[in-house]
Amino acid sequence: MARALINVPAKVKRGEIFEIKTLISHPMETGYRPKGDGTFYPRDIIQTFVCTLNGEEIFRADLFPAIAANPFITFTTTATEGGLLMFSWTDDRGETAMESAKLVVE
Amino acid sequence: MTTSRRPPPLVLLPALLCAATLAIAADNGDSRRSGFDDMSPPLQAMQREDVTNPGMLSVLEGQMLWSTKAGAAGKSCADCHRDASVSMKGVATRYPAYDATTQRPLDLEGKVNACRETQQQAEPFAWEDSKLLALTTYVATQSRGMPIAPPDDPRLEPFRKRGETLYNQRQGQLNFSCANCHDSHPGQKLAAATIPQGHPTGYPIYRLEWQSIGSLQRRLRGCFVGVRAEPYPYGAQEYVDLELFLMSRAKGMPIETPAVRP
Repeated sequence: MARALINVPAKVKRGEIFEIKTLISHPMETGYRPKGDGTFYPRDIIQTFVCTLNGEEIFRADLFPAIAANPFITFTTTATEGGLLMFSWTDDRGETAMESAKLVVE
Repeated sequence: MTTSRRPPPLVLLPALLCAATLAIAADNGDSRRSGFDDMSPPLQAMQREDVTNPGMLSVLEGQMLWSTKAGAAGKSCADCHRDASVSMKGVATRYPAYDATTQRPLDLEGKVNACRETQQQAEPFAWEDSKLLALTTYVATQSRGMPIAPPDDPRLEPFRKRGETLYNQRQGQLNFSCANCHDSHPGQKLAAATIPQGHPTGYPIYRLEWQSIGSLQRRLRGCFVGVRAEPYPYGAQEYVDLELFLMSRAKGMPIETPAVRP
């Protein structure tokens, strides 16, 4: 796992609803794709996505095999305080990709 | 009641001028359309914004590889070419270009691999290897927005001619040439898909159907299989010849790499 793109507005006003966009590279192998010999490519999908602000969870998503490769997850939240946004994606192999972004609230 | 219509306020003038320019641009006889123009607005938005464009993941990987040392020479791309945003600007608009060593034209992937073999003394990447696509995408995206400008090199001419012949040659069990769809029926439907005019403006492209980034060769193979013809193997000269012809056909259209297509 690896590369991710995060988009957080440069500045948000206190109390404002704003959007966070994330894109990560992942094959999202469903487990249903047959190999030539009749067996299947083992399932390897991102199971959970979590976003925290200063250690407190603000968004969580469970992902399933029908979700396409390189999942794009976007969500909105209310700006109460600034700080450090942490993003983590955990897949079937137990690997976790981490990214962070700064949130500035005025 | 006769109230005379007031002239439009001055602030509107730039907008009017702009509209007039657009009208002229649309009226200059150029009816060429990028596949982008035929996409739905949500897909267009996906391509336009870097954080939603999955092709940017390849650009990121390519940027990383650009400064990664490889091969017996222990050199990275950046060791010779320095800053890609300067040295690679406009390069993709001129490819495929003639390679004097092999005396044939090379596409951008071919050039990356040739450089890897001779300069870095490393094992060339396999075709469609994600690293080869990433480096190619990274190089090509430096020309984003620049018009396609095929080189005026007479040595390319015989290859371009062959590409043109191939484009117009019927083949496969369905007995279709490229021109039968892309020149005769663009804008019409093939099942649910809109037939594009076939301008290679955004390669390597992120295709939703593939769920990955892919080369023009992969896309051309899709059409060969579609008309039930045996596709040429990856790296075949025929693909480069076809690309030469397609790029001359798309001359002046802006590079979109990394483009998103359904």
